[in-house]
Amino acid sequence: MTERLGFGMRPAPNGDAAAEEEPAVATLPPDARIDLARERADSHADEVLDALDRELVGLVPVKTRIRETAALLLIDRVRARFGIDSARPNLHMCFTGSPGTGKTTVAVRLAELLHRLGYLRRGHLVTVTRDDLVGQYVGHTAPKTKEVLKRAMGGVLFIDEAYYLYRAENERDYGQESIEILLQVMENQRDDLVVVLAGYKDRMDSFFASNPGMSSRIAHHIDFPDYTGDELEAIGRLMLAREGYSLAEEAIPVFREYLDRRREQPRFANARSVRNAIERARLRHANRLIATAGEVGLAELTTLTPEDFLASRVFAAP
Amino acid sequence: MRITQGTFSYLPDFTDEEISAQIAYALDNGWPCSVEFTDDPHPRNSYWEMWGLPMFDLKDPAGVLYEINQCRQAYPDQYIRLNAYDARYGRQTTALSFIVQRPAVEPGFRLDRQETADRQVRYQMHAYALDRPEGDRYTR
Repeated sequence: MTERLGFGMRPAPNGDAAAEEEPAVATLPPDARIDLARERADSHADEVLDALDRELVGLVPVKTRIRETAALLLIDRVRARFGIDSARPNLHMCFTGSPGTGKTTVAVRLAELLHRLGYLRRGHLVTVTRDDLVGQYVGHTAPKTKEVLKRAMGGVLFIDEAYYLYRAENERDYGQESIEILLQVMENQRDDLVVVLAGYKDRMDSFFASNPGMSSRIAHHIDFPDYTGDELEAIGRLMLAREGYSLAEEAIPVFREYLDRRREQPRFANARSVRNAIERARLRHANRLIATAGEVGLAELTTLTPEDFLASRVFAAP
Repeated sequence: MRITQGTFSYLPDFTDEEISAQIAYALDNGWPCSVEFTDDPHPRNSYWEMWGLPMFDLKDPAGVLYEINQCRQAYPDQYIRLNAYDARYGRQTTALSFIVQRPAVEPGFRLDRQETADRQVRYQMHAYALDRPEGDRYTR
């Protein structure tokens, strides 16, 4: 060891701790008027909502529900300034939908949004699965689940594939213990964290059927619809633009044809499959450029042509 | 007699909001927190019992306050303190440590004098609470 660890200071992990003080707000008189538009601009929630609209294609029911939630929190804040005491809304949610429909992405945005609207103190997202919550032996589950819950406090706890928590076939499974702790914290510490369960629709339904307590404590059940062909194409264009690629004129119908064929095949995962298709097209594109070994310009480097997609095994089937 | 150990000991006891604000300060600095308890109030008793492991990776004071409240429930009549460690030095360094719960009645200390050889006098601090067995010191 060349450096003596015991001496000298390491750089601070968070930089300087910023001291934030919010001035105390006096209760407004009953005849006061409040400009909602200004209130809205002050919360900076619109930036998140607009980003949600811009960067996520489709998902209309999801966006509507998120906008409604934002409106409710904003109005609650204004009501509080008049001294009206309303209970904090219950914002635990359940996201159901096929793979690749944007559940995790929406959860990240949701955490940010709730933080801006003052519902969450920190607004970070902690993503966990069954492995992070359920222990291996007796007495292991409770500390593990509590550890995760403590880490998620002040933010959003996103439990992916939550139905794995409950295994009906094994009644001594520790998942049940984890669910009970979750329920207790969801009820008693509603101020401290928002729990989002995510998973496939049918399996979540049977999960809720065997855990009625869980279902009733979740106010918002949001279903993520599958993308249509047009939406998938728009998603593909967005992804390509973000990576600095574009489609050649004659590649556009080929890309659409690819998506339509891929949708018919098993294990289609919506936006995730689009991402994978683009990744593979990039590989073929790079390989093609290297193989020709001529001079290349900006146009060749950024344009994907039909053969980059046509080589896929999706087109191999009749 | 009210014992004064750690930071803020000269101030009135903190409310939970004030404790949260201190925890938030520690977490913003990147200091992990831990909770400890004891029923031996002697000032030289520096090794208190740990309530669980130190808590790493927390972002929000609610998690630490939750553990404090759990500890308060389990030991309602003992001393509980919160420590925050600053790991930048590369060794365990307490950056902040203060008492978050104390027994309702603190009987205090007496001074014992012991005469030894050559008319020397040795002094000893004796906590009245220690006259009773461990775990039973502040229950009434």
